[in-house]
Amino acid sequence: MIRVKFENVTKYYTLLNTGGIKHFILNFFKEYKKIKSNRFLALENISFEVKDKDVVGIIGKNGAGKSTTLGLIAGVLKPTSGRVEVNGRIAPLLELGAGFHPDLTGRENVILNGILLGMTKKEILSKLDSIIEFSELGEFIDQPIRIYSSGMMSRLGFSVAVHVDPEILLIDEVLSVGDFKFQEKSKNKIYEFKEKGKTIIFVSHDIGMVEELCDKVILIHDHKLLYQGDVKKGVELYERL
Amino acid sequence: MFFEYYKDLITELTKKDIKVRYKNSYLGYLWSLANPLFLALIFYFVFKVVTKVQMRDYTLFLISGLFVWQWINNSIMVGTNLYISNASLIKKVNFPRNFLAISLVLSEGFNFLISIPVIIGFMLYYNHYPSIKWFIYIPIALIITGIMIYSLSLMVATINLFFRDMERIIGLLMTFLFYMTPIIYPVTMIPKSYNFILYINPFAPFILMWQNIILHNTLNIKYLIVSLIYSIIFFLFSTFIFNKLKYKFAELV
Repeated sequence: MIRVKFENVTKYYTLLNTGGIKHFILNFFKEYKKIKSNRFLALENISFEVKDKDVVGIIGKNGAGKSTTLGLIAGVLKPTSGRVEVNGRIAPLLELGAGFHPDLTGRENVILNGILLGMTKKEILSKLDSIIEFSELGEFIDQPIRIYSSGMMSRLGFSVAVHVDPEILLIDEVLSVGDFKFQEKSKNKIYEFKEKGKTIIFVSHDIGMVEELCDKVILIHDHKLLYQGDVKKGVELYERL
Repeated sequence: MFFEYYKDLITELTKKDIKVRYKNSYLGYLWSLANPLFLALIFYFVFKVVTKVQMRDYTLFLISGLFVWQWINNSIMVGTNLYISNASLIKKVNFPRNFLAISLVLSEGFNFLISIPVIIGFMLYYNHYPSIKWFIYIPIALIITGIMIYSLSLMVATINLFFRDMERIIGLLMTFLFYMTPIIYPVTMIPKSYNFILYINPFAPFILMWQNIILHNTLNIKYLIVSLIYSIIFFLFSTFIFNKLKYKFAELV
């Protein structure tokens, strides 16, 4: 079964914001045309497939287009041309605790965040104890999030996201959250997902971790797909760039 | 399954909005009454005490429009920044974005609902009595007004992402429309030659509908129909532009 499929995907970002209203009105026709052409390329003609149970690493330099790829998979972005197909529930471990509200308690945020990630309230309540236990926040869970340290916040975000019970897990540089012990724990959790046969798409600059975890890499360079396939070869190519 | 999920999403987002508003403030609920009541006091002073406008129960008249206006005004003003203030969420999580607008309207509507007892208090003071018909009239008016406010909030929230000046324009426009709506003066005082204002101001029929319910215990069919038409038009229009532009949100916030 194919979990994620990119077919000739090209993504441009449109740049808005011109030189202000006076400039815009005086040069209306010229500016109007410029809006249409004022864009920059993020991904060019990319095609790949991720099958069920694949663990794929996406590597590449800063600004190559890795996060755009994840955004397209997560469905927050839409390709300019080409087709993106995704089958299965996604848990995005992109920015942990996105949407947490500082004035709500940890517990209240878990419920809200869980729902935003696609769970029903019933589902969250049944997992609530396990989420809280995993986050190791103890009695802090009933305190407002604004008193949390950034590590505690990420721990809570991570705990919610891994409890979504996804078919596809998107991970973007988030395994370095929390202290050493929690990092170990979160890595173990990822391996647990791998053993369970989940599809994992992993973006990281931590090449060691990519080599360790992934069975396949996708190398994106200069907005194009440079290589896909064997991890060793991909990493070698990447290091020579 | 889907129904349950959407229901949970709406309830939790709305609950969050309500909770967040009252946390960290000692007076809580009283604050949502303070604004319209203070406005009523100001206009009472200006029009009744200073300029001595001839009108019976002027205070009650003010109250009958100001609370609804606050629901409309707050939703639209908060609405302009709705997506910008939820940027991290928009960028990372794919959930139906219009639900943020729904929860905004519901939480502001909740504020309006809990202010109805205060309106009734004023009515009793002026020897007006709510009628049993309210149980039919108020839900109808709530739904139509709610759809209108949802549509407008969604519209300004969407447009503001592409055109940030919208926020300022809306701020000015809402002040302008407040005075163009018969809230602080009765509709009968508008000179005939200016009556067209009532027809081009989309908020006028809504306010008039609510005033009629509160002051006369009647649901004016003409205002009801005009309100309904406005809310349908704006609903279709805002849904159209929202659906057209929603995939660009994550790039722009």
